[in-house]
Amino acid sequence: MVDAAPGNDAVVSASFWTRLNENRTVLGLWFMLPAAAFLIFFLAYPLGLGMWLSLTDAKIGRAGEFIGFENFTWLWGDSVFWLSVFNTLLYTVVASVIKFAIGLYLALLLNNNIAFKAFIRAIVLLPFIVPTVLSAIAFWWIFDSQFSILSWALIELGIIDQNIDFLGTPNNARASVIFANIWRGVPFVAITLLAGLQTVPQSLYEAATIDGASKWDMFRHITYPLLTPIIAVVMTFSVLFTFTDFQLIYAMTRGGPVNATHLMATLSYQRAILGGNLGEGAAISTAMIPFLLSAIMFSWFGLQRRKWQQGESDD
Amino acid sequence: MFNIDRRSLLKGSTALALGAALSPADLLGYAKAWAADMKFTPEAGAELRLLRWKRFIQSEEDAFLALIDAFSKATGVKVTVESEFMDDIQPKASVAANVGSGPDLIWGLYSTAHLFPDKLIDLTDVADHLGSQYGGWVPAAETYGKGDGDNWINIPICFGGNYLNYRNSMIEKAGFKEVPQDLDGFLEMSKALKANGTPMGMALGHASGDGNAWTHWALWAHDAYVVDENDKVILDSPEAVKACEYVKALYDTWIPGTASWNDGSNNKAFLAGEVSVTNNGISIYQKALTENMTDISEDMDHAFYPVGVSGEPTELHVAWSLMAFKYSKYPNACKALFEFILSKPQYDDWLVGSVAYLTHPLNGYDNNPIWTSDPKRTIYRDCAKRTLTAGGKGSVGERAAAALADFIVVDMLASAATGQTTPEEAVQQATRKAKRIYRG
Repeated sequence: MVDAAPGNDAVVSASFWTRLNENRTVLGLWFMLPAAAFLIFFLAYPLGLGMWLSLTDAKIGRAGEFIGFENFTWLWGDSVFWLSVFNTLLYTVVASVIKFAIGLYLALLLNNNIAFKAFIRAIVLLPFIVPTVLSAIAFWWIFDSQFSILSWALIELGIIDQNIDFLGTPNNARASVIFANIWRGVPFVAITLLAGLQTVPQSLYEAATIDGASKWDMFRHITYPLLTPIIAVVMTFSVLFTFTDFQLIYAMTRGGPVNATHLMATLSYQRAILGGNLGEGAAISTAMIPFLLSAIMFSWFGLQRRKWQQGESDD
Repeated sequence: MFNIDRRSLLKGSTALALGAALSPADLLGYAKAWAADMKFTPEAGAELRLLRWKRFIQSEEDAFLALIDAFSKATGVKVTVESEFMDDIQPKASVAANVGSGPDLIWGLYSTAHLFPDKLIDLTDVADHLGSQYGGWVPAAETYGKGDGDNWINIPICFGGNYLNYRNSMIEKAGFKEVPQDLDGFLEMSKALKANGTPMGMALGHASGDGNAWTHWALWAHDAYVVDENDKVILDSPEAVKACEYVKALYDTWIPGTASWNDGSNNKAFLAGEVSVTNNGISIYQKALTENMTDISEDMDHAFYPVGVSGEPTELHVAWSLMAFKYSKYPNACKALFEFILSKPQYDDWLVGSVAYLTHPLNGYDNNPIWTSDPKRTIYRDCAKRTLTAGGKGSVGERAAAALADFIVVDMLASAATGQTTPEEAVQQATRKAKRIYRG
């Protein structure tokens, strides 16, 4: 008796189990499980936790209680938070546009047959290889209020007569950190676009040349449309990296002078980790999500439209 | 092997009196003599892990490790010392407190212990014992050391002084024999120095050490405080506006660029001769000495901050606090280590090694040779006695620490000084931030 009962059950469940596992949909789910687990544990869970924290008054080392949208209401009236939103948007838009322009220009140049091509391509990558913190410290010296090499050179040349206060006044400081970000980000854009350029079939250019197209026509009607998917990817990444930048700002200005260069990421760190208000810091991070999502949406649904890719105008 | 008698103790004290460090053998000798008579006996087979902040001065760390080494050899308690960047200590301590495992002892900032007072070993007996042995604790040490009640939850084993550093020749040329000790005189000196082309400069950027130190002095010197004794925000006051106006007047006479200065900028500028007066710990002087920059080291000296309207010093110096966790399997070994660190002569030896970068919290160490062997270091002796605590009039602990970490006072004075807002607006914005931190 004792043996028989589980035996009967086993027959029933085994057949159900087998049938279940022969179902293609179920099998598919099984195969997706490792990837799903990976995504849930390492992406969805931290993201969800961050959003949950933003609804609590958690402090470092203490769980905190649910307080609804209190953190967000407070941030809504916080001038420093809005300043950081403004700074982040300014930083992202200006740096991304310039990075794209310079990157595309460099990619077009490097796509030509020039001497020492491989060597020059390697050099272009350098700023991207140097650890960000190191380059940030180098820029911190370059923009130092007393020991700036730029100020020194301009004074020696007789162009100015006192040091430029690069990081001490709001607009100078913003320009300086944006410059550093551009310097660092251009290689990524340039090299990726260069890779894209090499996938454009040479025959299209030959045909266009026979038809008497000018250089600009070729760029406008062949290169640019065929490059659009790559541009969409590159610029999405570039915008995401720039929007969430932390190291450059933290090493160069720590958000100063008087919060003029605080980005949302650095303000979040200052409030959450240094100030101990995890909930409020998490709320600042959570507030970044809509901006990031809209950047992604714009790239994927906008730039990837088939008509754009075929060089036609939007209708 | 190490027979310590009265004669060799005296010999050791003489060596210290000359400012020389104890030899490892001597140190071990003292440690063994101490261990024979220690108040807290470590558990058999005890092992400790101690997490500390990364040193700023090599000789301080050397002396500290020598001290720990002597403790291990004398008591048989193995102590592993780990060090981390200062900003990382507090998060790690919080995690350790919450998960109930980690280093037995953590040496961090004054505020850390107040985040989780109930997870820490009660150190009242250690503090009472040490206080009775060495002339009592300075008031700030007691405030930082005790939790909400009367029990000690951590012990500020040292303070880090931050005072005015100045160039003798430059202030003399501006017509001053010494740094004026009143607010008006100080401003006059700043103007005169600017007129001479040798301006002052102190950090108005997000410099957590130097920036917070002098801006809190400036605020408190005008009798303005962020909170009162009950942690009620009282920043929005005519006194705070006056403090903003005073700092703006100072800033207008300073070297350009101080709004971007961090903790290292003033050191560089002072050592390069670009500024005549700044605020700092002993590290500028120490660097000038060790790198043979005699034109700087011989010409510079240190001064107290001017005393403000209350007639009492209103300085802010950092306290470095050591705490032991309840989850430690060896609470007595922890207590023994506290006792050993803060006892003579090894604490004396460590003070000598830290060359006035660190200051004692126990009055009995006023006679340490480091305070008199070089008169330029002397004023740092008094920083623990003169300092207010991090909350000003209010409590110490996480809210005071959050206000410092968020640069409320620095940003208020900086935005008024640089003209980004009027002093009144600056005070109102800072008040709003303070109210948030001190809510409920």
